[in-house]
Amino acid sequence: MTAMTSRGTTAKRRGRLLYVGVAAVVAYCLAPFYWMLVSSLRRTSDIFDTSLVPSPVSFENYRSLFGASQGFTRALLNSLVVAGITTVLALLLATFTAYAMARLEFRFKRLILTLVIATSMFPVVSIVVPLLKLFTDIGWINTYQAMIVPSMSFALPLAVWNLTTFFRQMPDELEHAAMVDGCTRGQAFRKVIIPLAAPGIFTTAIITFIAAWNEFLIALSMTNRPDMQTAPVAISKFTGATTYETPFGSQMAAGVLVTIPLVVMVLLFQRRIVAGLTAGAAK
Amino acid sequence: MTDVEIPTGTAAAEARRPSRTPVRGLRTRSRATAGSGRMAALLVSPTLLVLMIVVLYPTVMALRESLYGPKGLDPKTGFIRSTEPFVGLKNYADILGAAGDRFWNAFWNTTFFTVVTVGLETVIGVAMALIMHRAFSGRALVRAGILVPWAVPTAISALLWRWIFNSDGIANALIGHQILWTTEGFHAKVAVIVAEVWKTAPFIGLLVLAGLQVIPNEVYEAARIDGASALRRFWHITLPLVKPALLVAMLFRCMDALRMFDLPYILIGAQKNSVETLSMLAQNEASNVRFGPASAYAVLLFLYVFLVALAFVRLLGADLVGGTAGGRRKRTGLWFPRRAEVTV
Amino acid sequence: MKTRTARALRCSAALAAAGLLLAACGSSDDGGSAGQSGTTSFTGRGPITYVAGKDTTGAVQPVLDRWNKLHPKEKVTFIQLPTDADAQRQQMIQNAETKSDAYTVLSLDVVWTSEFAAHQWIDRLPEQQFPLGKMLKPVVETARYRGGLYAAPASSDGGLLYYRSDLLKQAGVTRPPATWAEMKADCAKVKKLPAAKGVSCYAGQFQKYEGLTVNFSEAVNSAGGVVTDANGKPDVDTPAAKKGLDFLAGSFKDGTIPKEAITYQEEDGRQAFQAGKLVFLRNWPYMYALAGKSKLAGSYAVAPLPGLNGPGSSSLGGHNLALSSFAKNKATALDFMKFFSGEDTARTFLEKASLAPPYTGLYDDTSLARQYPYLPVLKQSILRAVPRPRVVSYGDVTSAVQQEAYAALTGTKSSAQALKDLQRELQKSTAQ
Repeated sequence: MTAMTSRGTTAKRRGRLLYVGVAAVVAYCLAPFYWMLVSSLRRTSDIFDTSLVPSPVSFENYRSLFGASQGFTRALLNSLVVAGITTVLALLLATFTAYAMARLEFRFKRLILTLVIATSMFPVVSIVVPLLKLFTDIGWINTYQAMIVPSMSFALPLAVWNLTTFFRQMPDELEHAAMVDGCTRGQAFRKVIIPLAAPGIFTTAIITFIAAWNEFLIALSMTNRPDMQTAPVAISKFTGATTYETPFGSQMAAGVLVTIPLVVMVLLFQRRIVAGLTAGAAK
Repeated sequence: MTDVEIPTGTAAAEARRPSRTPVRGLRTRSRATAGSGRMAALLVSPTLLVLMIVVLYPTVMALRESLYGPKGLDPKTGFIRSTEPFVGLKNYADILGAAGDRFWNAFWNTTFFTVVTVGLETVIGVAMALIMHRAFSGRALVRAGILVPWAVPTAISALLWRWIFNSDGIANALIGHQILWTTEGFHAKVAVIVAEVWKTAPFIGLLVLAGLQVIPNEVYEAARIDGASALRRFWHITLPLVKPALLVAMLFRCMDALRMFDLPYILIGAQKNSVETLSMLAQNEASNVRFGPASAYAVLLFLYVFLVALAFVRLLGADLVGGTAGGRRKRTGLWFPRRAEVTV
Repeated sequence: MKTRTARALRCSAALAAAGLLLAACGSSDDGGSAGQSGTTSFTGRGPITYVAGKDTTGAVQPVLDRWNKLHPKEKVTFIQLPTDADAQRQQMIQNAETKSDAYTVLSLDVVWTSEFAAHQWIDRLPEQQFPLGKMLKPVVETARYRGGLYAAPASSDGGLLYYRSDLLKQAGVTRPPATWAEMKADCAKVKKLPAAKGVSCYAGQFQKYEGLTVNFSEAVNSAGGVVTDANGKPDVDTPAAKKGLDFLAGSFKDGTIPKEAITYQEEDGRQAFQAGKLVFLRNWPYMYALAGKSKLAGSYAVAPLPGLNGPGSSSLGGHNLALSSFAKNKATALDFMKFFSGEDTARTFLEKASLAPPYTGLYDDTSLARQYPYLPVLKQSILRAVPRPRVVSYGDVTSAVQQEAYAALTGTKSSAQALKDLQRELQKSTAQ
């Protein structure tokens, strides 16, 4: 892109390049997912096919998913509750903390940030047994909170760190101006910073939500009633018709079904992101 | 774009000396008052409290557990004794001594996976973000589309890739040559890396994209008017500005990659030397009811992850924790014209 | 023991530090609940749970319903665990470690019995209350630990040799091979047929997972060797065992087993067989019905596994019912176990879920044999079967077996070296 090229051709070339880039990104992200979709639409008997289009197309896997014994609808609902509450709580707590990190000067700041991230480092497999003992004693087995509270261990650090970064990028001046206009610190934050940081906040929310949505080990250990299990746990219980048969088709169908709601959610949120963005840019 | 001011010490200028900025010097500028301290304590304490409950307690238990050996078998009764013997640091000594080969192999695998996958993810993720940041029709859909890999549960994506890398799978059909991906060897590592990078590059992509979205267009316009080339603009404006978001994304990716478990375990299988990671060793001990050694592995892994995170915060910390990011600057006037200094 | 006091102190200190009061502490002794003397009192009646991997067939719940109808005050709830066996075991161990009474009757894979018994996670059962005499002997052996009965056999499983009857017939072979040498000779004849282009001879399960332990043990046992002897002591560094391992390693080397079979689990082998790529395949009975629905319908049959000098020995699969030591309502549980492992229930499971029963009589039932033509062969297979090593640290043993067998099959170690290393590893893990 030299300065010599006239604007028009550069723009055209750049436009074409952009679409090549977009196509590459889409292909990269979706080709394996396409394979997942294709596999989920095959009959169990032709699951080993490598043709690019399933023939015949069969919804047998999806039908079996929603069959009475799998309880998959209920599991999706449980996942939504657990991941949803985890995200809301984590974001709420993290917003306060991140604001302090980004805006206030106080001692031990670095220590606290390090502590926060350190807590998300312990392998889940080694915290699950102590937590299970604890929750058994306080009667939390088969409750939502038994899944939500441990999920905070990875959701909170993720949210705190990301929000801190995004808040830091916001200029102080706007807030100061608002405070001069008579807003309290809290109001200034709510009315000025939050809308401006909206893209960051929503991205953080999405990422936290997905992390909580996909959590498996804790959800498996803390529940033993089928009506309390989350989607990943339900998927782990999919079976073929016999012990050795891998229920690959229905697992892939389940993968498609747990992914689609997330994507729809992101599409819905995106309007907010864009809204937040324009609000920021209009400033 | 007329009243472009040129304040000294802009972020763009900082970009040329990013991590060398002495944090301490800048910090003195901001005064820690008693009031803000109290407020900070108020704001921070709920988070710390929750983390304390969910993490500190199990961690302390694990640390303690790592000092105990597995319960022994009483040859007289044929039953496992009901108490675990206190063995001090023996578990650690065993891991580094008797089981040393396996430990170091897993250590290097873990390190290799982390360096390669996070490196690739960063490049691909940033590229994704740059493309997604452009305006084009259908952007919303495409942006939701790139989330798909990250949204697929890890276990499912591992199964999917195992299917793809099956001896009669689509991967071999596409390359027209049978590679037995799940057998020992470098190809097993390749399979894990491909699957891991596919799944997590969007994570970095999304966070960087969000970082890009808070850079006002005016900054680019100004730079373009100044005739900076695309590469220069990227290197001197975009990158420094998204650096905080990128670093946080990379830090979290590193920490996750260091604890990688499901993917090699499901995709390649347990006990494959080529892909065995530290988490898999810990899991292996725990599943054989040796909670002491399992905890010792977990503690060692924790220390390793912690050191890496600390190094991250130290080396690149200014943008993460310190007081040097653009937002902290005292500025006059509007905030976006600050980048106009780029005239290179 | 002085360690225990020190331990308790340290423990409470740690708990206090964490600011939490917790009754159950990792290893605190609850007074030796059960098993020690083998005199568990089976008292208490009321609701219980039955814990098993996800039911693949839908046959379990109707049987439970039948029980629940008869015993409205002692209902059984079915807790389904993940399909994956490792995950099942992990959940059961977690339940035991927390001494939770959530699980009552456990459906254990046969190889877990010793471990659960030794840890006293399950109770010793009164032997005279179960009709062990009517069961196949090797199956009952899997439920014992140190002479005591710790579980009730509920189902069994044995390996079969699936073969292409059509190809064998075309090649002029009239009966399935009984030895490895015969099998290789038959393959040579089949391969000369134009219809057998690109066909490989034999496969089993050789991926590095539990299936490899099964296939390795079968090879060793079929050559007259053992992995562990009658007392559970490892004795695998023997000439007989070497002949067994040599068969597998040599078959990989000379192409009798196709090289991609090193990645095979049950389903991969079935797929290859159904696609016409194999003449012989070692697999479980589950495949019989499935292959009947493939294009191979009518052109395959089953035989007992071949061996070195005659018919070989299978490993044993299947599940046993055990009673969690930490459960309540053990009187109900015992009754339920008798019901659930009874011959009637076993017949139901065979008819509805094609689960191989532990009862001898059912294999000789002509109406069942019409429904499942493989039953007579399976009976022979199970009667000659050898259980996989029955040791407390089965997890370590199977890991070591997989490690060394895999090295031998992939040619990174000679079979002699692999067996020598395996013997050393096994001694280490059974010594504790």
